[in-house]
Amino acid sequence: MRLHGSKDFMKYGILAPVVIWLMLFLIIPYFNLLMYSFWKNGAFAVEHVFTLGNYTKFFSVKRGSSAPVWVLIDTFRIALTVTVCAVVISYPLAYFINFGIKNAKFKKMFYMLAIIPLWISYVMKAYSWTIILGTHGLLNSFLMWAGITDKPVGMFLYNDFSVVTAMVNIYVPFVLMPMYTSLEQIPKNLIDASEDLGCNSVRTFFKVVFPLSLPGVITGATYAFTLSMGDFLAPQLLGGATSSTKIANIVQLQFGTSNNWPYGAAIGVVILMLILILLALTGKVEKHFSKLDIEGEKA
Amino acid sequence: MKERNSFGKIILIAAVILVLLFLYFPVVIVALYSFNKDSINSFPMGGFTFHWYAVMVHNQPLTTSLVNSVEVAFIGTCIAILIGVPGALGMHKYNFPGKKALEKVVILPMMLPGIITGIAILTFLEMAGIMQGRLAVILGHSTFLIGTVLPQVYTRLRQLDRNIEEASQDLGASGFQTFFYVILPNIKTAVFGAALLSFSLSLDEIPVTYFLNGVFTTLPIRILAMTRNGFTPEINAICTLILLLSVFAVIFSNSISKKDEVYAKNTH
Repeated sequence: MRLHGSKDFMKYGILAPVVIWLMLFLIIPYFNLLMYSFWKNGAFAVEHVFTLGNYTKFFSVKRGSSAPVWVLIDTFRIALTVTVCAVVISYPLAYFINFGIKNAKFKKMFYMLAIIPLWISYVMKAYSWTIILGTHGLLNSFLMWAGITDKPVGMFLYNDFSVVTAMVNIYVPFVLMPMYTSLEQIPKNLIDASEDLGCNSVRTFFKVVFPLSLPGVITGATYAFTLSMGDFLAPQLLGGATSSTKIANIVQLQFGTSNNWPYGAAIGVVILMLILILLALTGKVEKHFSKLDIEGEKA
Repeated sequence: MKERNSFGKIILIAAVILVLLFLYFPVVIVALYSFNKDSINSFPMGGFTFHWYAVMVHNQPLTTSLVNSVEVAFIGTCIAILIGVPGALGMHKYNFPGKKALEKVVILPMMLPGIITGIAILTFLEMAGIMQGRLAVILGHSTFLIGTVLPQVYTRLRQLDRNIEEASQDLGASGFQTFFYVILPNIKTAVFGAALLSFSLSLDEIPVTYFLNGVFTTLPIRILAMTRNGFTPEINAICTLILLLSVFAVIFSNSISKKDEVYAKNTH
């Protein structure tokens, strides 16, 4: 109180660096991207002339499947598949660690097993699938060694199957963590109460555990969906030449060999908007379920 | 009823085993084949050798990229700590307009796909006249690392008892004294954990780096290039080494955060 001046000095002193940094290297860049998306790509340089051309180019639906907006829809489909698979795969593990193990030591061990994949390098995980699923890879050489086929099977790698498999493998840990946290917060006596009142474990699961774990499921699913929407590496490493090009690959191309930054920026903005809408929606849904949670506890 | 329970439990355990297999099988395969005598990854394995580790050590571009990556991770983490920790303190201590917005903005790079942040920073740096390369990569990494440090430290601060701060000030400590003798000891494990996570995130980052690096290569960018130029078995070796390091890092960071919880329990 008595040192008003020095208090203000302290306040601005510790907050200014982060605010300035985020302004410079985050907020301004995002707006810069938006501005870029309305500029014209000239023959030699980007012309600072307002145009909607980049967006009309993206959304113009021509006959044939190569129109970028179809790629966006296709990417949406892939991201949704990855999300559903990742949620289905993560749930049993998250549930098991929370409710299936009584022994504290085992519980800790399984918890570690669940979080280690989060720290494993992305490139290693993506690459490992190329050596497993490749034409001369492990799966094929195993099948031939076992006499199941006599020629390598080409259908494992360089298609949507391999892209989805690798992405699910990569993004499961991101779903697992929030799921685990929200299962962990469920009071154990709530489950006892449900069982005392005559619900069997299946009913208890669907009536008590699952609804209360929904905020975590939604957070995790959102992570999986947005990350796979914007992934250009897995499709590049594990996808086919054209059939499994995803929307992020088109962006990557514009900032690479196609050298059309304004167009790339426009597609980036479209992806960004879709994700921001999704985040706003899931944030609302999550809040709704957390509110139910609190009301449930009060009642 | 009991029988049905145990039947359900068997299915659950079977599912858990399958999930763990799915998560670990690919990386275990890479680790295993890093010792494979043959230069192709096929079944069955050819024999045991350390040869690929020797090849890896003598791969000049690979070791250069490793040095680059460690440099970026170190500088990026330092910047993130120096900016993120005071920022978290400020957000904890003061109310100001735009606080809620700041909370949301800071985690954006972690929520959005890396490609969006990458191209946004790229277009901005190009306008600002900063070329793709070392500096651009460090600026990009620091930005998303602040997004991991600040929320973690902020969460830890909110779990702290506000009374200890008031007690310190009632006893006549200055703001700086309170920070160094009261707050810092209580958040140091959170800061350390955040630093460790930042370092490992930076070492592994591709999508932002991809757009900012130019000819400056980091380790994952180098590995990515190697996987595209046909198969080289030393990729297995380098990946296995990184895997070992990350497993150590996660066990270490988990053990210090456990200590922290015990400490927090004792102080409350």
